[in-house]
Formats: sequence, C-alpha cells, structure tokens
Amino acid sequence: MARALTERRIDWTGIFFAVALTLVIVFPLLVVGTWAFTNVWRYPSVIPQEFGLKFWYQTLARADVWSAITMSLSLATMVTLLSAIICLPAAYAFARMDFPGRNILFFSFLAGHAFPKFGLLVAIAGIFLSLNLIGTFWGVVLIQLVGTLLFMIWIPVAAFQSVDRRMEEAARDVGAGPFRVFWSITLPQAGPTIAAAVLLSFVGTFYETEGAWLIGAPQIRTLPVLMISFINNQPVIQYGAVLSVLLWIPSFIALLFARRVISSGSFARGFGA
Amino acid sequence: MSVLDIKNVTKSFSTTKAVDDFTLTVGDGELVCLLGPSGSGKSTLLRMIGGFETPTSGVITIDGEDVTRVPPEKRPTGMVFQSHALWTHMNVFKNLAFGLKLRGLPADEIKRRVEAVLELVGLGGYGHRQTTQLSGGQQQRVALARSLVLEPKILLLDEPFASLDQHLRERLREEVRDIQQRLKITTLFVTHGQDEALALADRIVVMRDGRTEQAARPDVVYREPATPFVAGFIGTMNLVDGTVANGRFAHSGFTVPLPVGDGAATLAVRPEALEIVPASGAGMAKIHRVTDYGTHAIVDIELPGGVRLKSMTREARDWSAGQSIDLKPRAFAAYRDNAAIHRSN
Repeated sequence: MARALTERRIDWTGIFFAVALTLVIVFPLLVVGTWAFTNVWRYPSVIPQEFGLKFWYQTLARADVWSAITMSLSLATMVTLLSAIICLPAAYAFARMDFPGRNILFFSFLAGHAFPKFGLLVAIAGIFLSLNLIGTFWGVVLIQLVGTLLFMIWIPVAAFQSVDRRMEEAARDVGAGPFRVFWSITLPQAGPTIAAAVLLSFVGTFYETEGAWLIGAPQIRTLPVLMISFINNQPVIQYGAVLSVLLWIPSFIALLFARRVISSGSFARGFGA
Repeated sequence: MSVLDIKNVTKSFSTTKAVDDFTLTVGDGELVCLLGPSGSGKSTLLRMIGGFETPTSGVITIDGEDVTRVPPEKRPTGMVFQSHALWTHMNVFKNLAFGLKLRGLPADEIKRRVEAVLELVGLGGYGHRQTTQLSGGQQQRVALARSLVLEPKILLLDEPFASLDQHLRERLREEVRDIQQRLKITTLFVTHGQDEALALADRIVVMRDGRTEQAARPDVVYREPATPFVAGFIGTMNLVDGTVANGRFAHSGFTVPLPVGDGAATLAVRPEALEIVPASGAGMAKIHRVTDYGTHAIVDIELPGGVRLKSMTREARDWSAGQSIDLKPRAFAAYRDNAAIHRSN
C-alpha cells in the first residue's frame, strides 16, 4: 500500500529541472532557429508574419560566407591534423616513459587555460607581428594549435595508460618492433578515446573565435568571426541567425559520432572516470 | 643438450635484488616449474628469459647464443601471460595470425597453421570469434595457441591459470602437459601453487628471495626437501624447532631419537608419517581437533608449548578432542643452519 503511494507521487524536483533546462537550452535555440527561417517578423507579433528561405538564399549567395566556410573547415582540419601528429606521440611518452621534468611539463599544458586567454593572445600577437604571422593562415593555425594541446595531450595520455601493458608485451613477444606495437596494438586499443579527443579538438577549433580574430583579421575570416561581424554590423538579424544554424552542423555531426564513443565508456575513461 | 642456460643472473630494482646470482640449465624438451611465493623473483626471471627485463648482471643463452640484451621480438621464446593479454580489437584468428604475418608468411600458410593450432588447443572453428566472447579458460587457450603457432624454442608461462577456478585449472594444466609432451617443447612454467608444480614438472626449481632453494624432480622435492623452507612450502609439513642432546631431539614433552651432534635442530614430519598412539604415561601432546574427510582424517595436535601439528589417520572414530597421546614419527628429516642433517627414510 505504502509502496503504491510512493510510486504515484509526482517528482516535482525532476519536473522543475526538466522545465528549467528546456527553457535555458531549447528556448534560445528555438528563437535563433525561427529567425533563420523568417522572412518578416515585426513587433509585437509572437510568431513571424512570414516564413521562408529568403535569407538562406541571400546568405549562401554571398562569396564571403563561402570563403569563410572553406577557411574554417581547412583551418580546423589542419589544426587537428598537426595537433594529432604532435600530441599523440607526446601523449604516449607521457603515459609510458619516465623522464626528468615529466610532471611539470605535463601540467604546463594547463597554463594556457589557467589565465585569461585574451591577455595571452595579445602577448602572442605581439610576437607574431615581428614574425610576420599576423593575418596569415599559418599564424591562425599556430594560435589555434595552442588551444588544442590540453585536450590532445591529457585525454590520450589517459587512453594510453589504460591500455594493458601485457598486450603490448605480447605483441613484442610474437615479433613486433616498438613502432609496430604502437601502430597495431596501442593505437587501436586507445582508438575510441583518442577519436573523442580528435573530435573535441576539431569542433573546438571550428568554433574558436578570439585567436582567429586577433591573429587572422582582417585577411583570415572564419565562420564564427564572420557571424560576429554580421551580428555587430548588419541591421538584419537573419544573416546572423542563418550562420548560427549553419554553425550547428559540425557540432551536430560531432555529437552523432561522440554518442558512439561516449556510450562505449571510453570517453569517460579518458577523463579518468 | 641444453637449450637454455642462465648463468649468474642478477636483477636489481633500486635497492632490492629480485633475482640474486641465479644459475639454471634447462634441457631440450624439459618442463621446468619455477615455484615460489610472491616476491621470490620467479616472474622477474621468466621476464628476463622472454626479454622484457634486462639482467643487471649475468648471461642468458638460448641454443648457445647469447640473448641477454636481445629484445623480445628477436628471441625464439613465446610467452603466455597471466592476464592472457589477448588483443581485444582483433578476433581469435587475427590474434593468432599477427605474428605469422610479421614473418611474411603467405596467407594460405597462415590459415593452415592457425587452424591446426586451434585444433591442438581444442578450439577448432573458433577463429571468427571475438576474444571478449570467450570464457576465461578459452581465452587462456587462445593465448597459449598464439605462442605455440610461432613454434618457439622455449615456451614461457607466467602463472597462466592463476585467475581460473580450481576445476578448470586442473583440466588446463593436464592439457598443457599433453601438448607440451606431444610437441616436445622446452617449457618454463611459473607458479606459486605447489600442486601445479608437482603435477606438471619434469623438474621443480623452488625459489626464495631470488635464489634457488632446491632444483630437483618433483618426487625428490616432496620426499627430500633440501631446506626447511622447501619442506614447509611443498605439501603440508609439520615443522618443530627443538634441541638435540645425546642423540635425542626434544621439544617440550615431544622427543624423538635423532643421531646427530648436539645443538639446535628443526624436525620436519609429513602428516601421513606422523603416527599417533594413545598415551602410555602423561602423554607427549593433546588432541585439539579431529576432522573427518571421509577417505582419511586429520588430527590436530597441540604440544605443551603451544605448537600445533597435523597427523593423517585412516579412522576418525579412534580419536577425540582432549585425548592425551604419544607421537611416533615413522619418517622425518632434521635441519640445522638451513640444510638437511638427517633423514630417516
């Protein structure tokens, strides 16, 4: 009897959180999404007077939008690739080898995230100015690379550490050299978690704005930088809204991939859970 | 002919010596068990033979060739790990084929050899299975097959069945013994289970603190343990410290004729060799407990000093707790300064 009562009791706390989260997360998305597909929406109407794809045609007809999309994709790809090439062997070294200064070096990657980022960026911009890297593709690549280091070292370190050493030894035992062991055993074993780190670094780089703006402007215009300038300079809200929706696409694809990784638990393992 | 020669090998980890001036020669086709408690250096020794640790000093030769500093991938050894260490991102076939592929064998030859070795370990047709779908015993069989498929000169097994239950362990060790004898492969088997060593080995090397306590045939190790440590480690053994005076060993009321010089001595008697009889006078000891195992009974005996002994008898009914008894060891050994000074068998 008592049990039936407790089962019927309404979970108000749960409902409160569900509603609050819906308001905070879904509502702004809904507003931006609505704006992107709106032709006319005048105060005080609650819903737009006229829906349509007018501003999609207009936005996608602009050359600067397409060059920003290409720029953002090639930047994110290049940064992620370079980051993987630099960080994965370094992460393996952190995970499996002992060398002087290992711990200090390991925690130094936090330093870039421990201080206000803008101050750091301004200081770097000063150095880049004398190196003629301001306003260049490779200048932005370098600055965004710094931002990925923490993810791309820390998560793979945890992934490599969770690979059973006996597996690597067994591979040595049947005749594989150290490099072959890394390629055929360690990397596939750590694979899902490393994929998560790569994904994070790609998406993070794609949305990175401060560095791209400070180092790249005005020659290098990424999608988020373009979106900010649209929002700041255009009287028409729809341009910004359409770009926002466009910017969701990579994170949506990333989420789809991440679901597979997260469900296998390796993502959480990467963070030491 | 010796296949493996270990000469004066020492391995130090910072301050401790895991293996201390160890020497051993293993003949062709011999199965040697390295037996000892944890921390006795047996696993470290095996890892040095496999190439996973480098000796601090000493020389290891395989077939006359110095391999002391040769990396594992270039040694003719095959290792089976306690944790089976199968590559979980490959299926059974790929696990077995990996080493063959590295050797550049043609695909049909690889297929033939993998199928043959799976048949050998009783897992014919399991090639397409994922390693995570297998039971613990099957996983360890695959691990064994992965080593065997490369036809190593020396097979190294590092407590391979320690994580399996008793029943499966017994079955697998019989299979390993059968396969080892069929292939006549030289094998080193590390274990801390004395029953495993007794059942498997051509020769047992009992290790303690990185050194050899005794290296001999299983029956010799059991019947004539060289030191009190071996006596206590293999099987059940009653060990009593006492003194010898005028050819007689004594520990409180318990005395036995022992024709050795005066001094301290340790008496070692197996439960099956310790006969008990009802006390004729005051009695040497009292019965503490009688446990009936059906086929035999174990009588726990307490000496006046508090030392406990075990005696194996046929009939539990003849004895009861609290009864005063005399002790008549039929066969025993005596040790002094870590060496045997007398055997009465």
